[in-house]
Amino acid sequence: MLHPAVSTSPLHSPELEPGVKGIVSDWSADQQSFKKVPWGKAMMWIFLVSDTFIFGIFLISYMTARMSATDPWPHSSEIFALTIAGKSIPLVLIALMTFILITSSGTMAMAVNFGYRKNRKVTFILLMITALLGASFVGMQAFEWTKLIMEEGVRPWGNPLGAAQFGSVFFMVTGFHGTHVSIGVIFLIIVAVKVYRGDLDNERPGFLTGRKGNYEIVEIIGLYWHFVDLVWVFIFAFFYLW
Amino acid sequence: MSKSDNQQHPIAIYLKIWALLFVLSAASYMVDYLNLQGYLRWSLIIIFMLLKAGLIVAIFMHMMWERLALMYAIMIPPLLLLTFIGIASLEADHTFFTRSVFFLKNLI
Repeated sequence: MLHPAVSTSPLHSPELEPGVKGIVSDWSADQQSFKKVPWGKAMMWIFLVSDTFIFGIFLISYMTARMSATDPWPHSSEIFALTIAGKSIPLVLIALMTFILITSSGTMAMAVNFGYRKNRKVTFILLMITALLGASFVGMQAFEWTKLIMEEGVRPWGNPLGAAQFGSVFFMVTGFHGTHVSIGVIFLIIVAVKVYRGDLDNERPGFLTGRKGNYEIVEIIGLYWHFVDLVWVFIFAFFYLW
Repeated sequence: MSKSDNQQHPIAIYLKIWALLFVLSAASYMVDYLNLQGYLRWSLIIIFMLLKAGLIVAIFMHMMWERLALMYAIMIPPLLLLTFIGIASLEADHTFFTRSVFFLKNLI
């Protein structure tokens, strides 16, 4: 923000090398290594790498707990089954949550696209749909937690279904993911309001940072949102399906 | 101020990937619904998971259009987790073994 001329000039230097040679020249270049990427986006990527390690460690500790448990691990397919119209369907709520999150990822990708086309109205609508889908995901998770705590009697320190570690892993992993979704919803709404007000078109300085408004922030919040979806892909595979 | 090459791609590609993600999610759900077991189940879960993750990162997060310098800086470090998985599974096996020996003695 302080030196836009200096920090952005390498972004369109025409003589960027492709391929592996490009890695060497990018990294040995002065000023910045990540060419063609606004610094906000590079920073979001680096944050996401750190978040990858957090969720990676959670899932690895889950693996350790499950492999070392001597009691049988509770059968997630049955625990998360719902009875609909008198028929018990395995994992149906989780499947629905998965589809909702994938759908929200789709609307988010479209919002980024329409944002760069400077289509304010469509971008705003798509962002709000994404936020709404995210909020409904959190709502379903609250329902799932309630059912698990009230009906199944699962606690972080034990449960009547099997290995005591199940509860602690479940609440930690899905709780942390749900927190990420909730924070994402809040930021989606903030960005949507900025889009709606035309802050990004008018380059209005941000309330907190003073940076000029730019449609890059739609892509940056999009990266975060896709990451939340990405984490759910892994949780769905390892925690619910395994 | 609009200077960087924005990630601008045709809408069609997002819709195709979106549909593909739906199909893959449905497929991974079917693994559970059809109650597949054993190595078939685990390999299918991992294949569908990696395909979904790859599509999200490559297309939705625009990674395939970024320069290699960023791609490698972001994608290589998480591979360290594989080492951690190896170490943790050794540890877990050991814990399971000692628990079985000392706590389940009367059961065996």
